Amino acid sequence: MRLDKRAGLSPERCFNRPGLMKTDYRSRERRRRAAWIAFLIVPPMAMMLTFVVWPLLVALSSAFYRWEGMAQGEFVGLQNFSDVLFGDHFAALTWRAFRHNLFVFFALFVVQNTAGFLLAWFIYREPFGFRFHRIAIFMPVILSTVLVGFLWKLFLDPNFGLINQLLEMIGLGGLRQPWLGQETTALPALVMANAWHWVGFPALVYLAGMQRIPREILEAAKLDGCSGWQMLTRVVWPLVAPSTTITLTLLFIGAFNWFELPYIMAGLDGSPYGSTDVLGLYFYRTAFGNQSGGLQDFGHGNALAVLMFMFIAVVATLITQYLRRREIAL
Amino acid sequence: MLAGVLTRSILRRALGKLALTAFAAATVLAAPVQAEDLTLWSWRQEDKAAYAKFIEAFRKKHPDINVKFEAFEAANYPTVLSTALAGGTGPDIVQVRAYGTLGVGKPDYLVPLDKTMVPEFENFPASAVAAETMRSDGKLYAVPFASQTMLIIYNKDLFEKAGVTPPATWDELVAVSKTLKEKGITPFGNGTATSWQNETIVGALLSSQIGKQFEQDVLAGKADFTDPRFVGALAKLNELKEYFAPNFSGVDYAASQQFFAAGRAAMFAGGSFELANFLRQNPKLKLGMFASPVAKAGDERLVALYYDGGYAINAASKKKDAALKFLRFLGTPEFGTAFSNDLQNISPIKGVKFENPLLKEVAALNEQAMSYIMLVNFRYQEPTGSVLLQSGVQKMLAGKATPAEVGAEVTKGIGTYYAPFKK
Repeated sequence: MRLDKRAGLSPERCFNRPGLMKTDYRSRERRRRAAWIAFLIVPPMAMMLTFVVWPLLVALSSAFYRWEGMAQGEFVGLQNFSDVLFGDHFAALTWRAFRHNLFVFFALFVVQNTAGFLLAWFIYREPFGFRFHRIAIFMPVILSTVLVGFLWKLFLDPNFGLINQLLEMIGLGGLRQPWLGQETTALPALVMANAWHWVGFPALVYLAGMQRIPREILEAAKLDGCSGWQMLTRVVWPLVAPSTTITLTLLFIGAFNWFELPYIMAGLDGSPYGSTDVLGLYFYRTAFGNQSGGLQDFGHGNALAVLMFMFIAVVATLITQYLRRREIAL
Repeated sequence: MLAGVLTRSILRRALGKLALTAFAAATVLAAPVQAEDLTLWSWRQEDKAAYAKFIEAFRKKHPDINVKFEAFEAANYPTVLSTALAGGTGPDIVQVRAYGTLGVGKPDYLVPLDKTMVPEFENFPASAVAAETMRSDGKLYAVPFASQTMLIIYNKDLFEKAGVTPPATWDELVAVSKTLKEKGITPFGNGTATSWQNETIVGALLSSQIGKQFEQDVLAGKADFTDPRFVGALAKLNELKEYFAPNFSGVDYAASQQFFAAGRAAMFAGGSFELANFLRQNPKLKLGMFASPVAKAGDERLVALYYDGGYAINAASKKKDAALKFLRFLGTPEFGTAFSNDLQNISPIKGVKFENPLLKEVAALNEQAMSYIMLVNFRYQEPTGSVLLQSGVQKMLAGKATPAEVGAEVTKGIGTYYAPFKK
């Protein structure tokens, strides 16, 4: 009896039934599968829609209106976009901030990524105490940006800061500078602080890349008489191309979204007189106002945000595509 | 039997009616005792305890009205408030900013006030009332609450040690600074690395040289910021910078406060709001203050003054009458005195009695004041006069721009929206 019952549920029974039952079973199976997929997809989709797509659309739509502070005014079409790109007072600030972002990107690429690559190579060869170094290099990455910014602000203080005191100690007192107070050194100083904070990340990615290189290849190169430098530039560098793709793309996104560190170290105005002003600061200042002098202007602020998003999305895609092709070519 | 049932039923009905009547009577009697609840929103969380006292004082006269003080983080306040106002909700009474749009965006959100509704406006100086008038419609919306003054604070002990006295003229200020420097004392704690500090430095040090007349001429469209009165004052400031904190271009706001509070610098060009702060950091400090020195003896000596904000009534409030009663209380000298003494702030209400001698001194200096020119007049559209002046002066003091260039840059920036400057 029980066996019969079980048999009643078995697939063979179903297949032996007329065609209708067969499809019924399949469709039930398919429905269950669909439900399962939906169960997996719907919650993250809902989260994405609510917290990513919806705010983006709201930002996009509000960029087409004139705003008095937080109060929405009339529809102005593309006026806000044309203002921030070509307008009287906005455009000069936009392009200045954009130039600073470009500088930050290239400077960080040279300083942060190169240092990360070399540090990875250093650790990869497992020198004495490499386990300690591996952790030490990554340590700053886990510190909060607020803390790092504050710390470096203290280090760079012209009168009591560590940097100037060190220079004095090693007899280079003539090089003492008000680092954050002059336009020639302020942005480079911020770049250095950022590199100190984040160098552990490219180092880690490159180290992982290097550890993926088969040992035989390196040994073969060594047998062929490769010098240390040749090994690094001709063998290791091309083989860690996927790591470069990752670090460079993330660096690009980070450099153009740069906000926390300049905000803490240079203030919302990009002090001194705008020489550290980047798009992130400029957007924030425009949209939310600056208690010490600026006004809230959601329309222009959102236009800036939308342009930044589009620029970063398009260029990051292009960079990734190009670097992927380069990975294969190498 | 039947009669008994009837009697009981009549009795029950009568009792029921009696109970109903008693209940109704109780409700009627209780109604006036039940207090009306108002809410007040503020960005000053640190003032909560003081407001509890003010509200208690108010309730002694109006036991039928209760006020609930709710404070938000200052940085988020504009967002929280404008979102609530735009949605037709929010508190009954709103703490608003001064000047321009009073920080609420549109006039429709607030109830316009006048002297018939709030006779206490008579207790305020005209500049305070003007500060709470919205630029877009010229109507008055709020009862002002505090003023801030830009002046020069000095360390009495260090002055005594160096054998100098507070200067009256610019030349005397330079001489005093020179003597202090020679005696190894940094004359000014000020640094310029924090942008907005450059505007306070101008207000504190140069107001007497810029002068009220210049401000009036600018507002009348007869002068702009390339005027010799303004550019000349900036040039004077440029000569004084060698007496600022060492490496001043890299010294930010916090570090410059430290310089002065630690007793390493003799003077600080800043706001009256620094006084309490300096004393908190170093209670041993003996502080004095003076207004910006004049170009030549006999000129009018001025401090620069602005108002922090005021109290307004939400247009969406359902308890406007009660709110108005509270607003009138906020305009009385009684409240002004409590406000000044409990919060160590200057209430602009006439007849306030200051317990703190330093506040009394500030109030006395306020008798001769011009407005803190950019904040008061040119902070309603981008680029604001404040932003332009801050970065211009920062650049000038770094040696990267001349006073004339700063004047021209400020005029050009404001000229993008201020008709008299458009040429």
